[in-house]
Amino acid sequence: MSNYTMHILICGGTGCISAESDIIADEFTKELARVGMTEEVQVLKTGCFGFCEKGPIVKVLPDSTFYVEVTPDDVEELVNEHVVKGRVVDRLLFIDPSSKETIEDSKHMDFYKKQQRVALRNCGFVDPHNIDEYIARDGYQALGQSILEMSQLEVIELMEDANLRGRGGGGFPAGLKWRFTYNNESDQKYVICNADEGDPGAFMDRSILEGDPHSVVEAMAICGYAIGADKGLVYIRAEYPLAIERLQLAIDSAREYGLLGDDIMGSGFNFDIEVKFGAGAFVCGEETALIHSMEGQRGEPTTKPPFPAESGFWGKPTCVNNVETLANVPVILLKGADWFKTIGTEKSPGTKVFALAGKINNVGLIEVPMGTTLREVIYDIGGGIKDGKEFKAVQTGGPSGGCLTAKDLDTPIDFDNLLEKGSMMGSGGMIVMDEDDCMPAVARFYLEFTQEESCGKCTPCRIGTTRLFELLDKITQGKGTMEDLELMKELSHVITDTSLCGLGQTASNPVLSTLDIFWDEYVAHVTDKKCPAGQCTALLEYKITDACTGCTLCTRVCPTDAIDGKLKELHVIDQEKCIKCGACMDRCKFKAIIRE
Amino acid sequence: MVHVWIDVNLRQLLENNVKGCNTMADIKLTIDGKVVEVPAGSTVLDAAKKLDIHIPTLCHLDLHDTKMVNKAASCRICVVEVEGRNNLAPSCATPVTEGMVVTTNSPRVLNARKVVLELMVSDHPKDCLICEQSGNCSLQYVSKKLGMREVRFEGKESTYKPDKSKSIVRDMDKCIMCRRCETMCNDVQSVGALSGINRGFDAVVSTAFEVDLSESVCTYCGQCVAVCPVGALTEAEQTNDIISALANPEKTVIIQTAPAVRAALGEEFGLEPGTLVTGKMVAALRELGFDYVFDTDFAADLTIMEESAELIDRLTRFLDGDKDVALPILTSCCPAWVNFFEGQFQDLLDIPSSAKSPQQMFGAIAKTYYAEKINVPRENLVVASVMPCLAKKYEADREELNQDVDMVISTRELAKLIKQANIDFNSLEDEEYDQPLGESTGAGVIFGTTGGVIEAATRTAYEKLTGESLEKVDFHELRGFEGVRAATVPVGDFDLNIGIAHGLGNARELLEEIRDGNPRNFHAIEIMACPGGCIGGGGQPYHGGDAEILKKRQAAIYTEDERKTIRKSHENPAIIELYENYLGEPMSPKAIELLHTAYEPKDRV
Amino acid sequence: MAKIKSLDELKALRDSVQNTVDVREHGDNVEDMIIVRVAMATCGIAAGAREIMNFMAHELRDQGIDNVMITQVGCMGLCYAEPTVEVTLKGEEPVVYGNVTEEKALEIIEKHIKNGTMVDGIIPSTHKSLDE
Repeated sequence: MSNYTMHILICGGTGCISAESDIIADEFTKELARVGMTEEVQVLKTGCFGFCEKGPIVKVLPDSTFYVEVTPDDVEELVNEHVVKGRVVDRLLFIDPSSKETIEDSKHMDFYKKQQRVALRNCGFVDPHNIDEYIARDGYQALGQSILEMSQLEVIELMEDANLRGRGGGGFPAGLKWRFTYNNESDQKYVICNADEGDPGAFMDRSILEGDPHSVVEAMAICGYAIGADKGLVYIRAEYPLAIERLQLAIDSAREYGLLGDDIMGSGFNFDIEVKFGAGAFVCGEETALIHSMEGQRGEPTTKPPFPAESGFWGKPTCVNNVETLANVPVILLKGADWFKTIGTEKSPGTKVFALAGKINNVGLIEVPMGTTLREVIYDIGGGIKDGKEFKAVQTGGPSGGCLTAKDLDTPIDFDNLLEKGSMMGSGGMIVMDEDDCMPAVARFYLEFTQEESCGKCTPCRIGTTRLFELLDKITQGKGTMEDLELMKELSHVITDTSLCGLGQTASNPVLSTLDIFWDEYVAHVTDKKCPAGQCTALLEYKITDACTGCTLCTRVCPTDAIDGKLKELHVIDQEKCIKCGACMDRCKFKAIIRE
Repeated sequence: MVHVWIDVNLRQLLENNVKGCNTMADIKLTIDGKVVEVPAGSTVLDAAKKLDIHIPTLCHLDLHDTKMVNKAASCRICVVEVEGRNNLAPSCATPVTEGMVVTTNSPRVLNARKVVLELMVSDHPKDCLICEQSGNCSLQYVSKKLGMREVRFEGKESTYKPDKSKSIVRDMDKCIMCRRCETMCNDVQSVGALSGINRGFDAVVSTAFEVDLSESVCTYCGQCVAVCPVGALTEAEQTNDIISALANPEKTVIIQTAPAVRAALGEEFGLEPGTLVTGKMVAALRELGFDYVFDTDFAADLTIMEESAELIDRLTRFLDGDKDVALPILTSCCPAWVNFFEGQFQDLLDIPSSAKSPQQMFGAIAKTYYAEKINVPRENLVVASVMPCLAKKYEADREELNQDVDMVISTRELAKLIKQANIDFNSLEDEEYDQPLGESTGAGVIFGTTGGVIEAATRTAYEKLTGESLEKVDFHELRGFEGVRAATVPVGDFDLNIGIAHGLGNARELLEEIRDGNPRNFHAIEIMACPGGCIGGGGQPYHGGDAEILKKRQAAIYTEDERKTIRKSHENPAIIELYENYLGEPMSPKAIELLHTAYEPKDRV
Repeated sequence: MAKIKSLDELKALRDSVQNTVDVREHGDNVEDMIIVRVAMATCGIAAGAREIMNFMAHELRDQGIDNVMITQVGCMGLCYAEPTVEVTLKGEEPVVYGNVTEEKALEIIEKHIKNGTMVDGIIPSTHKSLDE
C-alpha cells in the first residue's frame, strides 16, 4: 500500500521529453532522495498536459500547483521550497498574459477553464506505464460489463444511441460502422485502430497513445466483442516510437492480467491485439489504403464498395476506428449514452481534441465540447493572436480543410457547421493565421504536401494536384494570370468530383476556400504583382530611401553584389541581381532600406 | 492521414450494398433516361453497354474466361453522375443498385472527363506521329472521341530511362498508370516483375529497384504489351533488320511462320477474327522477297517426334519400376514458360522435356541439314520467324541456341511490313509453302492453342506405345479454355494422365501441385504462358479486351487441323525423310545435339 | 501477475489500487476537500510526523472517508510542538494541533473531521494559516 501523500507529475509527452522532461524526472528522484522524502513523494511521468506552449510542465498534487517551462536546474529549488517547506515557487508559475497575474492552479488558467477532457481524461493524470493506475480510474470496467452483462447488439445500440462520430475527420457514426461489421457474417473479423495520424501539426492520437494507451486497448476489445472479432490490429506510424513503446507495454500488461487473450474475465470472449507499423504515408490514413499497407501491398486506396465492413483485412469484415474515437468508447459505456449526449451539440455529441498551432499565444492540445465557438478556442483558450497582431484566418482540417475568418468566429464548431463553412473537422488541426500570412502561399503549402503524399493511383490526384500546385507556385511567383485563377477553380472542382479517395476529393479544399474568401489577395498577386501580406519573396522589392548615409555597410553584406554605391552617396539596389534575402535591411543602421 | 473522407454518401452506399447482397435478382436502373435491367453485381458500365451507351474507358479491362480483370478504377475517364451521390462515380467499378439514376453525358460529366483527359495528356508525350501504338492507342481514341483540341496545363512531364530488352521495350514516359500490365503480370501470370512504385506525380509502374527488364523476373510473355492501352509497353521491333537482310544480295533469307499467326494476321487487315489466312500470308511473304517461305508447323511435327520419344522413354522406364524417373514430363515449346521455370521453379529443372521449341528446331535444321541441301554457307543463310510471341525474340538470342534463328518478328510486325510494302493483303491469291520445311500435319498446327501440343504428342505416343493405328485423332477431352484442365487418355491398358495449364498463374498452380508430390499422378503436362496459348500471344493483333476473339482464333486452329490430310506428326513425309537421311531416329546423338537443350537456374529480381 | 478472472476480481483490484490515484483525484477537486497537512520537516519527522501521517492516511482510508486530502508541508516553525497537524474545513480558518499522538489523531478524525467540532490541543497560533 502506498503512502505517497504528494505526487509530482511530469509531462512525458514527446514534446516535453524533447525539452528534457526525462532529465527533470531523474533530478526529482535524486533530489527527493537527498531530502529523504522518497516515501512520501511519488514522481510520475504522465502523458501530455496539452499546454505545449509552456512545456515542460510539472504538476504537484494534491495542491494542484502547475509549474511551467521547468528546466532541470529548477528541480533543486522546487524540492527545497515546495516539497520540504510547502512554499510555492512563484517564478515558475504561469503568468496570465492579459491580467499579468500568476496562476497557481491550472484549473484557473484560461487555457484549461473551457476545456472538458473526455478522450484525454487520463492524459497528464495517470502513469501510462502502469495498468493499475488505469484500473484505479475504472479502467476495463466497461469491457467487463460489455462482455459479461451485455449482448453484442446492446453494446452496438448503446454506441449508436451515443452517436459518437468518427474523430478521424469524416464524422461517420462509429456505432453504425460497428453494426455494419456485425451484420456481415464471417468466420473471422478484425478490429483496426487507425493510428496513422498524418495531418501536418495534428498530434492528438499520438498524445492519447502516449498518455492513455489502455483506453484504446480496452475500446478495441469492446469493439471486437460487439462486432464478433477476436483480433485487433493497430496501424501506427513507425515515427511514433514513444507511443509504440507505451502501447506495446499496455498490450503486454493487459495480457498479463488476462484482460486480453482467451476467455477474458471468464466470459468466453477471446481478443488480442497486434501492432503493425506504417511508414508514415499520409494516404494510409484512408482505410482501404491502410488495409492494403497492412497486407504488405502498396499503400493505395481501392474503390468502395466493397467497404472494409464487408471485405477488409485479408478480405474479412473489418471495423476501422481512429484512436481518438476509440478513446471515447470506454467512458461512454460506463457513463451511458445520455451522459455523452449532454456534452456537445445535438448532431455532434461529445468533445473534440484540437491541436492549436500557428500565430496563437497558447499553442497546444486542447479538448472542448463540440459547439464551442472559434472565438472561445482562439481567444479564451488560445490566449489570442501572438504579438497583438490582427487575426486573419484559421485553417482547420489540415490539407483537406479550408479557412474560416473573423466572420466565422462565433460559429459553434462541429462536423456539420465546418463543412457548411467550406472547411472540415479533419483530425482536429487548427492553424491560426495573422495579417502576415499570405493565403495563396498557404494554399500552395498545402498543395505541395498533398501532391507529394498522393499515392499516384488516380489521374486527377496524381496529375491534377501537381498542376494545381504548379499554378499556385506560378501565382506566388507573380507569373500568374487571371485565366490561371479561373483554370484553378475549374481544376479544383474536377479533382474533387473525380478523385478516387478522400485524399484527392478534399485536396482542393484549401484552394477553393482561399479563392473564395481571399479572391482579392489572389488578384493582387496576379494583376498588381504584389503580395499584400509581404510573404511571397518573389514579389518583394527592397529599396533604399533618402535616409541612406552612404555608409556602404549594406554593399558589404549583400551576397549577390546587388547594391551599388560609393561612400557617402545614396546607394541603389539592382532589382535584377537582388535575391530578396533581406540581409541589407537587417544591417542598415539608419532604417534606410525598406521592403514593399 | 487520419482519414478525412467526405464520404457523406457512404452510409447510403453501405446500406444499399448490404441490401444488394441479399438479392440475386435483376436490378432495374435508369441510364440517360432509359430503363435497363441487369443482373445484381453488374457495374454501371455493363448496364450502359446493354443500352449501347459506350462510356469511354482507359484502365478498365475484363477479359472474360481468363483471370484478367483490371478494376483499378484509376483513370477516372468513365465517370458518370449518380443521383444522390456527391461526387462522380467510376462506372467501371460502381455496382448497380435498384432504382439508381445515372447520367453519362451531363455537362458536369463531360467537362470532368475532358479535364481528366487533359491532365493525362499534359503528362504524355505528344509524339503520336512516331509512336508505335499510333492507330491502336486508346488514349488517342478517347482524345478523338472527346474532341480534345488544347491542353491548358503546363508543367513538368515524367521522364524515365527507356528500357529496351530483347523482347519488350518500356517507355514509361507514356504510361498512364492504368495498371493493366501490373494486374496481368501479378494476378494473371503470377510473375511479379511489375508493380507500382513511388508516390504522387512520380508514381509509375516499374520493376523491383527499377532494374531493367533483363535483370528482372520478367518472362517476356508479352501479356503486358497485349493489354497496354498506350505506347508505354511495346515489342522490340525487328522489321528493319528483316528489310536490311532482304536487301542484302549475298544473303539467302528464309522465314518460318508459327501456327497461331495464320489464325490472327487477318484481323490486322480488317478480316473477321478467326479467319484463316495461311495462303495469303505465304503469298505476302514471297512478295516481300523471302527466298523460301517455310512453316514452323514442320518443326512442330519434329518437336513431337523428339518429345514423344522422350515421354515414351520416361514412361517405359517408369513402368519398368524405375522410381527415379522424372515425371511428369513438361512441355518446353513455350519460351516464356521456360523463362518462368528457370527463374521461379529451379528445383524442378529436371522434369521439363529437353526438346527445343519448334522455332529453334527449325533454325537448327535450317542452318545444318537445309543449308547443306541448298548449298548455302551457314553464315549466308538468314533464318527469320514470324511469331505470335515476344518471348521468341529473347529465345532466339539465347547463347546456347547458337543464333540458329537470326531475327523474330511478331504477327503485328509482319502486318506492318505487308502494309509498308503496299501489298493488298486481302486480294492476294493463296499460295503454298516451300518444301521440304513447309510440309506439316494437323498435329503441327494445333501447337497454336492451349491443349494442342499435348494432343499432338498423344496422337504420336499412342501409336508408338500401342503399335496400333489411331482411328479417332480428335482428343476433345484435351481441348477447351479452362485455365487448368486434366484428362486421362487410355493408351492400350495404360491410363495416361495429362494436365494442361495456360497462363503462367495457372501454370504456377499446377507446378506447386507437382512440387507437393503430384497427387493426381500426372504423366505429362502441357504449359503455355499466354491465356489461350499462342493464339493469345503477346505478339498477336491487339484483342482490345475482347476474349471472344481468342476463342475464334482457337476454332480456326482446329479447323486447319481438320483440313489436313495428314494429322499425325510421325506421318509427315518430310519428317520421315529428315530422320532417314540425316538424324537417324528420335533421341539419336545427332538429334540430341541439334534438337535438345538444357536449362539453367536464372536468379533475377 | 495473477489473471483477472471475473468482473468482481477487477473491481476488487480497482479498490485495492484506488489510493494510487486518490491524491491526484483529490487535487482535481481541492475546493471541496477537508485539508489535513502534516509538518514534515526534519524536526517533524524526528518527532514521528511520518508515522502520524501514515496512521491518519490509513485510518481515513479504512473508514472510507474520501473527502480528506492529506498532505505534508514543510516546517511550521512550531518545533516545540511536533508533530503538528493542520486541519482546514471547507470555508473555515485552519486549525493547528500540536504534539499529535495516534490517540489524538484518532480524536481529530472522529470529532473534527467527521463532525466539525474542534478538540483539545490546538496551538493558539499568531498566524492565521500556514500559507502565511
